[in-house]
Amino acid sequence: MTEPLIRFSDVSFIYTKTHGGEGLPALKDINFEVFEGEFVAVLGHNGSGKSTLAKHVNALLTPTSGQVVVAGLDTADQEKVWEIRQKVGMVFQNPDNQLVATTVEEDVAFGPENLGIPSAEIEERIAAALQAVDMLSYRLHSPHQLSGGQKQRVAIAGVISMLPKCIVLDEPTAMLDPAGRSEVISTIHRLNKEEQITVLHITHHMDEVIGADRVIVMDEGSIVMQGTPRQVFSQVDLLRSLHLDVPQVTDLAERLRNRGHRVPQGILTVKEMVMLLCPSD
Amino acid sequence: MRMFRSVTIGQHIPGDSIIHRLDPRTKILSAILLIVLLFVVNGFAGYGLVALAIALVVRASRIPGKFVLRGIRPLMMILILTLALHLFMTDGRVIFQFFFLKVTWEGLVRGLLMGTRLILLIMGTSMLTLTTSPMQLTDGIETLLRPGKKIGIPAHELAMMMTIALRFIPTLLEETEKIMKAQMARGADFQSGGLMQRAKSLIPLLVPLFVNAFRRADDLAIAMEARGYRGGEGRTKLRELQFQQHDLVALFLVVVFSVLVGVFF
Repeated sequence: MTEPLIRFSDVSFIYTKTHGGEGLPALKDINFEVFEGEFVAVLGHNGSGKSTLAKHVNALLTPTSGQVVVAGLDTADQEKVWEIRQKVGMVFQNPDNQLVATTVEEDVAFGPENLGIPSAEIEERIAAALQAVDMLSYRLHSPHQLSGGQKQRVAIAGVISMLPKCIVLDEPTAMLDPAGRSEVISTIHRLNKEEQITVLHITHHMDEVIGADRVIVMDEGSIVMQGTPRQVFSQVDLLRSLHLDVPQVTDLAERLRNRGHRVPQGILTVKEMVMLLCPSD
Repeated sequence: MRMFRSVTIGQHIPGDSIIHRLDPRTKILSAILLIVLLFVVNGFAGYGLVALAIALVVRASRIPGKFVLRGIRPLMMILILTLALHLFMTDGRVIFQFFFLKVTWEGLVRGLLMGTRLILLIMGTSMLTLTTSPMQLTDGIETLLRPGKKIGIPAHELAMMMTIALRFIPTLLEETEKIMKAQMARGADFQSGGLMQRAKSLIPLLVPLFVNAFRRADDLAIAMEARGYRGGEGRTKLRELQFQQHDLVALFLVVVFSVLVGVFF
């Protein structure tokens, strides 16, 4: 088996006074691996430690104990921090608070400028990155003229212009309307498939998890479940006990099963349900 | 309550004239020269020449004259005050006297001179801001200040601060409007009452605005760090400013003009 892109080994993290916390462990003995090209979703309700986990991947936080290795680099190594941040891009929750420049193209240029890329190449990277998120025609707009979903796509473009191996998205859709949400979700799926960018998507929306290769469920700083969406969502009771919902269709399947109908475990999409109920179609 | 809709940042009017295409550094330096010149020159002949030169620049920029004149309006009070002070406070040949107020010939001349100086000052410098976008202006200031780094002038940091301020002004205005509406929905009154009353009513607006601004600053700092920002060291720029031949010509003309006018008038 090849070396994983991201490996967490026995990672614990405690927010100390300097971080503004009161000494409660935010992460407890986290172990997991992400391989190149994978789409991994991290699921958990508020305060489960999923954002803290995200900040460990690109060395914004370093573990109190244990080790995080990204593309063969230890995040605790101060000298490798910038190399790691080039390899792992990060998109945050609030679309307004992560755009730096007054125009879309200047903002996308921000990352490459920091890396010291020559102007001519930055120009090419901007075009490619904006094309990839389908925002090329907004090149000269200023951020405040864009909708939430568009701002998030610009933020994603700003990250992929640094040519990262992996993007970590920390609840990128939490502040968006449904239309903006689906724009962003389809964009990151497309980047994963077409550009082979590894995606670590942190969310609390169940529907956004369905397309992932693998789901990691967190609660109180620990990983409580891991598996394909189908495996995870077949454990409806366990999810409920973690204050997590299941997708609507899965919920419907569960209810039908409880009423004695023969419905198999792990139905995730409307299409699957339709196929089951009306097999002739 | 769309009160902030009309707010534009700076007063830049996009265009493609010769003046627009000049390097921002050329324009900044010229504006500085103009300011110095206006304080050196002391006479209507000299001001006349400067006015002519400014008129030529306005013409070349293809910006309607009324935009240039509009810049004077906010300073009307200062202009009138300057004129009045000089009129009444200068000793000399009395034109006419009204109780203790006397208007002198010298006062009239000095007042008019000062007024002209101010008007030319405003018109000249507004040509800079009208034809240069805020981003270009920032870039220009950064490159002009770069040599000052050795004596501790943080050129890059200043420019970054200006860029971020420009980026967030519309966002903060939007937020102000949102908070105002939220507070009004709870019965806040921003419009009536005396000055003190109204100043007090701004507190429930300013407190959340500031708290949010600090939160934004925190988020932005993390986002910038995540995108590899570590100060100006080793940073490249999407568009480096390019000092071209026409900049050299323009700067040469401005210098020659300033020296000639400064020496002879």
